[in-house]
Amino acid sequence: MIREQLAVLQVVIPLLAAPCCVLLHRARWAWWLAVAVSIACLAIAIALTAQVSAHGAITYLLGGWAAPWGIEYRIDELSAFILIVVSTINLVTILYAGRSVEQEIDPDRIYLFYTGWILSLTGLLGIAVTGDVFNLFVFLEISSLSSYLLVGLGRDRRCLTAAFQYLVLGTIGATFILIGVGLLYMMTGTLNMADLAARIPAVADTRTVVVALAFFSIGIAIKVALFPLHMWLPNAYTYAPSAVSAFLAGTATKVGVYMLLRIALTVFGVRFSFGDISLQHVLLVMAVLAMVSGSVMAIYQRNVKRVLAYSSVAQIGYMVLGIGLASATGIAASVLHIFNHALMKTALFMVLGAIFYRIGSVALEDLHGIAKRMPWTMAAFVAGGLSIIGVPLTVGFISKWYLLVAAAQQGWWWLAAVILISSLIAVVYIWRIVEAAYFKPLSNAAQDAVEAPLGLLLPTWALVALNVYFGVDATWTASIASRIAVALLGTPG
Amino acid sequence: MSPSVALTLAIVVPLIGTVAIVCLRRAPNWRETATLTTATTLLLLIVYIASAFQSGNQIATVWWYLLPDVPIAFAVEPLGLLFALVASFLWVVTSIYSIGYMRGHGEPNQTRFYAFFAIALSCAIGIAFAANMVTLFIFYEALTLATFPLVTHRGSAEAKRAGRVYLGILLSTSIGLQLLAIVWTWQLTGSLTFTERGIMHDVDDTTAGILLLLFVFGVGKAALMPLHRWLPAAMVAPTPVSALLHAVAVVKAGVFTVLKIAIYLFGTERLATIATADWLAYAAAATILIASLVALRQDNLKARLAYSTISQLSYIVLGAMLANRWGIIGGGMHIATHAFGKITLFFCAGAIMVSAHKTEVSEMRGLGRAMPITMAAFLLGSISIIGLPPTGGLWSKWYLAVGTLHADQWILLGVLLVSSVLNVAYLLPIPIRAFFSSASPSAPEGMHEAPLPMLMALSVSALGCIVLFFYPQTFFELMTKLVVSF
Repeated sequence: MIREQLAVLQVVIPLLAAPCCVLLHRARWAWWLAVAVSIACLAIAIALTAQVSAHGAITYLLGGWAAPWGIEYRIDELSAFILIVVSTINLVTILYAGRSVEQEIDPDRIYLFYTGWILSLTGLLGIAVTGDVFNLFVFLEISSLSSYLLVGLGRDRRCLTAAFQYLVLGTIGATFILIGVGLLYMMTGTLNMADLAARIPAVADTRTVVVALAFFSIGIAIKVALFPLHMWLPNAYTYAPSAVSAFLAGTATKVGVYMLLRIALTVFGVRFSFGDISLQHVLLVMAVLAMVSGSVMAIYQRNVKRVLAYSSVAQIGYMVLGIGLASATGIAASVLHIFNHALMKTALFMVLGAIFYRIGSVALEDLHGIAKRMPWTMAAFVAGGLSIIGVPLTVGFISKWYLLVAAAQQGWWWLAAVILISSLIAVVYIWRIVEAAYFKPLSNAAQDAVEAPLGLLLPTWALVALNVYFGVDATWTASIASRIAVALLGTPG
Repeated sequence: MSPSVALTLAIVVPLIGTVAIVCLRRAPNWRETATLTTATTLLLLIVYIASAFQSGNQIATVWWYLLPDVPIAFAVEPLGLLFALVASFLWVVTSIYSIGYMRGHGEPNQTRFYAFFAIALSCAIGIAFAANMVTLFIFYEALTLATFPLVTHRGSAEAKRAGRVYLGILLSTSIGLQLLAIVWTWQLTGSLTFTERGIMHDVDDTTAGILLLLFVFGVGKAALMPLHRWLPAAMVAPTPVSALLHAVAVVKAGVFTVLKIAIYLFGTERLATIATADWLAYAAAATILIASLVALRQDNLKARLAYSTISQLSYIVLGAMLANRWGIIGGGMHIATHAFGKITLFFCAGAIMVSAHKTEVSEMRGLGRAMPITMAAFLLGSISIIGLPPTGGLWSKWYLAVGTLHADQWILLGVLLVSSVLNVAYLLPIPIRAFFSSASPSAPEGMHEAPLPMLMALSVSALGCIVLFFYPQTFFELMTKLVVSF
């Protein structure tokens, strides 16, 4: 009986846990609750994935109301894949947060921190399970509002302006999405995704529908931080508490890319988005600009968290690039990179959190020589960095391989060159940090540093291990991604 | 033990050795025992594989699938076997040498040194036996990364700068050019498996020409000019690293990859029809001459040897681009003969550095009286590099010359001859002055030969040069087995 309710439990459990977290009030108890919820969410996500791969897509009618009227939850392979990514990253980062937030957040606010975290998780999971565009907007707002809170809880006062900037831009993005929802409802009289997909072709030649897609695309592009709408991301990632940077880097933007895939390909349909409107050309240009400019900007940052933030801007470019290639291999590359980038970037942010825990800074000059004091932490950084560069036997290589093959299939050699150049720039910004940590004389800030506590080190290395595991044997992820891509594109071609 | 298990073990054993070395870091004598044991075990494994292969076994193994259609797979073929034999034999010799050198020179962080050395050898064996281009690429990249801590071993500003050049050139060529070529080939042919006669039959000439350029320049480890700067930079590493890795394992992995691509991805017949193969042959010829000229002007002995290596590597690239059986035989044999000759020279350079504390050629006058064995070995190594009897260097140059004649490339033949003269000019004065010039007044009294392990190692490798002159059959037969299908 519970098996049939899993789809809704995926969202209901964290949603109900959030107010309980407020009631518990004590920091430690709140953390334990958050851990329990995270484990439950991952378990449900795995169970759902198993169901989907065994029996095909799951449909769940909320309150038993039939689809066009009631809210429908619909979980296909793509949704299940995103659920796995989000709940895995969430579990690892919440385990990590236990130690990390001790130093970064006022003890009497920690229960609020976990409340916000669980709400944010609810929103992110909700986006992936829902089959209703308005419901999607609601979940998006739940996750966004709570992540503004999480960013604003940082110790550095600049986190407040960062959170405000994030709030303003995020709200503009959400409003655009809402306008898109409204326009679609106006034209079709429905909010259900499957229903919309069936009705849009009939009104596809109206300007309203075109405008709706434009509003959706720009709104989502802000949420994804696609260049040039990425302005909120570097500040938010830099000044947020370490655990939050790690959590958001691995989940929020990934769910954004999911929305883009879902809205453009499932709701509007391949023929409309890629055929009539040629959305892929716009995405391609933005993605290429993001890859190059993000990577170049990353070289010039002195705060290492900011280096990673700009690197994220570039890596989001890779994900969108896959969609922009508008082929099965391209979309598979995009889906793969959602997974792979979540693993590598979260691990890297966790490394920085561990360093921050010990020396209270992540400025590059304070990291000089730190590898002598924190060898395991920095070794994790090297491993994650190699993954960002795309060295073979890391997940980064797998993503790059698929993107290159997709570019090759189209015969776009300039694009293959851009992908490779961008990864070579990654060598520069990663190696700058590695060199500072291993070869420079020990900085004053790092004089008394010792190895990070196991509470931080173990989750980090768990992710590093996954980075290598899925880089060494990518058959599972690659075949899922290929199936998802074919399903999204309908008939190949 | 079946041969395919031995194949897997050959790649894994050095890694096990690494673990043992790290575990025994507190007991240096046991740690060195671990290195020697690992090296010997590896050599025995390779010899076993070689004998199994000679008796006609097909030896191959698939480890797992990286991607649904891309396996990590290994297979034994003559060229890889030759490379693996040379690398594993010289690792044993170098291990003995390292013990004397690292202790005599008082180097820090010796555990890290031995550990990464073993990893590098595992990568080299992986390259030697890779059955497809992706597997080879993985080990190729791993070899770059594993040797980086060895290049920057000293940790000084100079070492750091050198490390940057090293990583910069090797990674940017492999990611920027080689990976592009690999993906392109995959897209065009749907295969990356090393196949006799190649996989490029259906690729048009222009595309194949561009691919060849991407591949050959993408293999930065072959040090074709203008991508050679990393090799002189890498000379800041301790001498055993320069000797085994930057005269044998790493650089030979580069030219080996070029040969492998030429033979098994393009196939010599296809290669002969590609215009860019001729361009690359001339680029190699230019590298041979220019690097020799630069070597003439180097006073630092290791730098001179490095430029000599750049020049000699291009012999092999040249042999591959001639696209006939003689060029391939000569190129393959040159992997072996140059390895023995050049490692001897580096061993001697290290011996001179440890016992006489001299690094510049101009300071080595009269050294022959204090270090007769070392300088005699240096003389033999030099003769082998030049290609004169009684050393093995003669044979590889001989076949390369025959290759140029078969390809009607008279200019390239001329280049080979001129280069030999240049080799004489930059190598022979060193031992001649050491023996016949009076000692410089500043020479300290009481100079003596290097520690025994180093002497043993350099004697063995110098003798190897002579043995290769009288018994080149092992390698020659391997190479003819390879080209019999042409």
